[in-house]
Amino acid sequence: MTQSDWIDLLVKAGLGLTVIFSLMTMAGMSVLAERKVCGFIQGRLGPNRTTLPLIGSIPIIGRAITRLGLFQLLADGIKFLFKEETVPGHVKKFYYNLAPIVVILPSLIAVAVLPFGTYTNAEGVTAPLILANVDIGILVILASSSLGVYGTVLAGWAANSKYPFLGGIRASAQMISYELALGLAIVPVFLWANAPGSDVALGLTGIVSFQESHWFVYLMPFTALLFLITLFAETNRAPFDMAESETDLVGGFHTEYGAFKFGMFFIGEYAHIVFGSALFVVLFLGGFNFLPMLADPWPAGILGAVLSTLWFIIKTAALIFLFIWVRWTLPRFRFDQVMHLGWKILLPLAIVNLVVVMIFLAIITPTAS
Amino acid sequence: MERKPLTLAEKTYMPQIVSGLGITFKNMFRKKVTMEYPEVKPPIPEGYRGQPALVKDPDGREKCVSCQLCEFVCPPKAISIIPGSIPEDSEHANVEKAPEEFDIDMLRCIYCGLCEEVCPEEAIFLQDNYSINGLSREELVFNKEKLYDIGGVREDEHFKWKKKKEAEVSGNPHH
Repeated sequence: MTQSDWIDLLVKAGLGLTVIFSLMTMAGMSVLAERKVCGFIQGRLGPNRTTLPLIGSIPIIGRAITRLGLFQLLADGIKFLFKEETVPGHVKKFYYNLAPIVVILPSLIAVAVLPFGTYTNAEGVTAPLILANVDIGILVILASSSLGVYGTVLAGWAANSKYPFLGGIRASAQMISYELALGLAIVPVFLWANAPGSDVALGLTGIVSFQESHWFVYLMPFTALLFLITLFAETNRAPFDMAESETDLVGGFHTEYGAFKFGMFFIGEYAHIVFGSALFVVLFLGGFNFLPMLADPWPAGILGAVLSTLWFIIKTAALIFLFIWVRWTLPRFRFDQVMHLGWKILLPLAIVNLVVVMIFLAIITPTAS
Repeated sequence: MERKPLTLAEKTYMPQIVSGLGITFKNMFRKKVTMEYPEVKPPIPEGYRGQPALVKDPDGREKCVSCQLCEFVCPPKAISIIPGSIPEDSEHANVEKAPEEFDIDMLRCIYCGLCEEVCPEEAIFLQDNYSINGLSREELVFNKEKLYDIGGVREDEHFKWKKKKEAEVSGNPHH
C-alpha cells in the first residue's frame, strides 16, 4: 500500500471510531435519560447528587451538571469497571464470555450504513455523511441487527440455569415473530422511494434524499406505526421486554452476569435503542432534512454538516424519549399475548398494509422527484 | 356482570395507550414528591419515638430515682443503672435515691418507648432525634451526663417530691 492509502485507512478508522464513540455516548446518555424521565414520571427527581470535586464546584455550571445527574454516568461506568468479575461455576465459559460481545456488536456494525448528516462543499455538491454509502444499506441493517438476538440466546444458554434459559428462548421466539412484520413494514418505504426513474435501490441515503419535501411518517402513517411497534419488540423494550421481564424471570438472560459483562448487556441494549431510533428517523422522519415542505437551511461547509448532524441527533433523541416514555407508561404484555399480537395481528396487518400500499402506488405511480 | 363489548378502537388499545401517555406526560411536570433528605428534614409528629433521654425538673433536680423499672422493662436490655443515694445535706434529700450511673446503649435501643411508659417519675422521654451516629461502639453508649444534656429540663406538672416535703413540714404526710 502506498502512503496515501495508509492515510486514507487511518482517516476512515478515525471516522469509524468517532461514530462508535458518539453512539456509545448517546447510549450512555439514554441510560441517564431513562433514569431521569422515569423519576419525573413517578414524581421523583432522579439522580442528582453525584459530583466531581473540581468540576462540581464551578459556580453555576457545576451545580447544573450535578443536578442533571451527568456525573452519574461516570460513576456508573467506573462502578461497572471496578466491580469484581464473578463467573458462576456452572456456566459454559466460552459462550458466557462471548455473549456480551455479540450483543453489543450488531448496532456498532449497522451504524456504518446510517446517513447522519449532509455536507455541501463550496461548489454546491452535496454528499451525505455516512461511513459506508452502500446500495444495500437496509439489508446490512436487517442482517446485522438480527444478529443481536444471538447474544441474548447465547447468554441464556451459556448461563446454564433456568431463568436465563427461559429468557433466551423468549427472546428468540419474539425475534422470529416480530422480524417478519418489521421487514414487511420496511418494504412499503422502499417501494415508494424506488419509483420509476429513481436510483434509491436499498440504500438509506436515497431514502433520506427522497424525503426532502415529504416525510414517510405522514405519507404512510400506518406503516410507520407498524414499524414503530415492531421496533419496540425488536429492541426488547417495554411493553415487549419478554427476555428480561424481571418479575417472572429474575433478570432474564443476564441473571448470571455481573460487573462489566452486565454493563455491556446494559449499554448494548441502549445502543440498540439509539440505533433503532436513528433508523426510524432515517426511514420515516426524513433523516437530517429540516422539516417537511421546507428547504433545508443547512449552509455550505462544515457548519452545515454540523447543524444537519445535530438536527438528526435531536430527532433521534426525541424518539429515544418516546421509547422511555412508553416504557414507563405501559405494563408488560404476557408472553402468549406477545405471540398472539405478533403472529395473528401484526403480521396479517403488515401484509394487508403492504398490498394496500402496492395498489395505491400502482394507481398514483409516483415519479422520482 | 354483563360487560359492554369493546369497540373496534378499544380493541386496538391505541386510544388507551395515547391517553396513558398523556397522563404520564402530565405527571412529568407535577411537583416532585422527593424530599432531599439531609438538606430538608421531614416534619416530626408529636409523640415521635426517637432517642431516649433523661430529663430534669425546672428546679434542676434529676427526676430519676433509680427505681430501675426501665432497666427491667427494656426489651433489648439497653439500659443499665447503678443506683446511688442523694447526700443528706442536699435540698432534695427526701427523694433519697438517684442514679449513680445511667447508661443507654443506643446500638441496642429499639425505640419502643416502654421506658418512657413505665417510668413512675416521668424522668425518661423519647426525643424527636432519629439520627444517632458515631464512629465506635463505645461512643454510642450514652452515659448519664450525655443523657441529661440531650434531655435538658422538662416542664413538670406535679412537683411530687416538693409537695411531699412541704406536706411533711406542715404535718400532713399523706396530703
